[in-house]
Amino acid sequence: MLLLLAIGIGVLTSCGIWLLLRARSFDVILGLALLTYAVNLFIFAMGRVKVNAMPILEGAGPFTLDNTSDPVPQALVLTAIVISFAMSAVLLAIALRARSETGTDHIDGQERK
Amino acid sequence: MSTAAAGAVSSLVLGGHGIVMAIVLPLVMGSVLVVLEKFKSRWVVPLSVGATLALLVLSMLLLAQAHSGHTQAYLLGNWQAPFGISLVLDRLSALMLVLMAVVSCGALLYALGGDHQRGEHFHSLFQYQLMGLAGAFLTADLFNLFVFFEVLLAASYGLLLHGASRARLRASLHYVTFNLVGSALFLFAVSLLYALTGTLNMADMAVKLQQLGPQDVRLAQAAALMLLVVFAVKAALLPLYFWLPDTYAAASGPVAALFAIMTKVGVYAIARTTALIFGAGAGVEAGSVAADIAGMAMPVLVTLALATLVLAAIGVMAARRLRGLVSYLVVASAGTLLLAIGLGTVQTLGAGLFYMVNSTLVAATWFLLADRISAARGDVDMLRPRVMAGAWAPLGVAFVVASVAVAGMPPLAGFFGKALLLQAAALTPWAVWVVALVLASSLATMVALARAGSSLFWKPATETAAQPPLSTSGGMSASTSLNTSATRPVHGIAIIGLLITVVALALLAGPVNGYTEAAAQQMVQRQPYIDAVLGARPVPAAYDVRKEMHERGEFK
Repeated sequence: MLLLLAIGIGVLTSCGIWLLLRARSFDVILGLALLTYAVNLFIFAMGRVKVNAMPILEGAGPFTLDNTSDPVPQALVLTAIVISFAMSAVLLAIALRARSETGTDHIDGQERK
Repeated sequence: MSTAAAGAVSSLVLGGHGIVMAIVLPLVMGSVLVVLEKFKSRWVVPLSVGATLALLVLSMLLLAQAHSGHTQAYLLGNWQAPFGISLVLDRLSALMLVLMAVVSCGALLYALGGDHQRGEHFHSLFQYQLMGLAGAFLTADLFNLFVFFEVLLAASYGLLLHGASRARLRASLHYVTFNLVGSALFLFAVSLLYALTGTLNMADMAVKLQQLGPQDVRLAQAAALMLLVVFAVKAALLPLYFWLPDTYAAASGPVAALFAIMTKVGVYAIARTTALIFGAGAGVEAGSVAADIAGMAMPVLVTLALATLVLAAIGVMAARRLRGLVSYLVVASAGTLLLAIGLGTVQTLGAGLFYMVNSTLVAATWFLLADRISAARGDVDMLRPRVMAGAWAPLGVAFVVASVAVAGMPPLAGFFGKALLLQAAALTPWAVWVVALVLASSLATMVALARAGSSLFWKPATETAAQPPLSTSGGMSASTSLNTSATRPVHGIAIIGLLITVVALALLAGPVNGYTEAAAQQMVQRQPYIDAVLGARPVPAAYDVRKEMHERGEFK
């Protein structure tokens, strides 16, 4: 599962970067979205991937990371998702406005001659 | 009044909550202003000005507290240090707060001359921007730093787009995209550091990084360098500054002036993380993990900072617009500052901090002044001779004073800053390069400013016949320029006020330099900071909810 997660993050990141380097604002926004997905998965993975382990300390037993999962990265992911979602919305609004003002969706506001 | 007495008074007045007040005040005012601006209340302007002035007073009081040299930690939500988020006030963060408050007062005052009416919600965005800045300067938590970065960036997107023109939209698209990629990288770095150390608290991380096993050192280095890249985006270091000239040149005058403090956030973050977390400078034994990280990053930082200086000098010389020229001045000052941090001795840090105070104030003044000059020339920003409408003599005098201040010539404080830096750099192995390139970039700045000044002020009437009509030359439509380009008294007050602070800085150079040197001393001594954060104890609860619930049997 770890390998799958790592490959997923890698693929998302590389696709995101490839799209970011394109000159159309729509591609750039999609690229950013993919990149933020990759980041979110990465943060999640940094808390060590566990199956069937709760982030809540309940019952008896030694509360180590061996039998519980770390709640902090999950909280961080939540924050990161909210922020990146809002920022994507802002960027979309700016891109739409730029499209209607300049008549092109080129990221520089004009087609390359 | 002695500073010790002021510190005592301020801690009495603020009741120990002064640190968090610097964040809460703009947050509350911003939220109130959102509503009031919606209803076009006449209280908007008085409240906004009052809040900014209150923030200035508050940051002065905090400066007086920090001046004692005692590092104060504030536990948010009363959670003990590595578990909750803590805010820390030391000399460096207090200095940044005061600088921010002074610049914001100037920018806000100037905006009242008409720029604040170009679009909606200027004042609330302005307050949120201040909240993000204050939070970034005060927080001692790496993820919280990310959050405050986002707050200040989100507000800056709004401010940049305020009264949007086509150039502004294009610049915003680049600026937002660039910063979002930076944020993604920030998250990669922070979560990697969390995975290695199990903490987000900067003080705790500093301790934990020392205990890192050798197998994790490379990962820690990768995370540290990613952080450096992120902060370098904000601070406008060489390969990452290309967003800055366009963005700052496209923003309206007061917004650009406020943005003068934004590059300093990046500089502050680099200084704080390298000194505290990665332990650059004194106090780290050679061969340790932290020394490895700092030893790798610092030469890179110095080289890039020197290259930034060179390119900024070329940019200043090549600028065709006054705004563009001023933007490159900001890049040059960022290069000088990062140079001071990269050299990493206590002396260079102290000199760098002193230089930063001056360069921030001057940059803010410059943006306001450039706005006034282009308005006086019919919204034309090009460095070509043109007829100046209205009185040009006050603008010319301000231009000369600001030029002297930014180029680092005596008698103003820019000279002291650069002289101190060169003196301190002479003791490092980079001495030759630093002296040569800093002086060369100062010379280039002087030449460029002299040329700009002469074409702006001395040759105005010679080519009147050749100039195009006013209506086709401006960047914005005639209707918007009509209500903003008229010079109002507040414009003059804002510019003169900022110029007075620049001159006062030269007069008070001794005490200010004493403060910045002490701040640099405090920066490289990590232990007091770490002790203050990790040693801070939660206040005992006045009302124990858990106990109550136990007694009522609601709590297992």
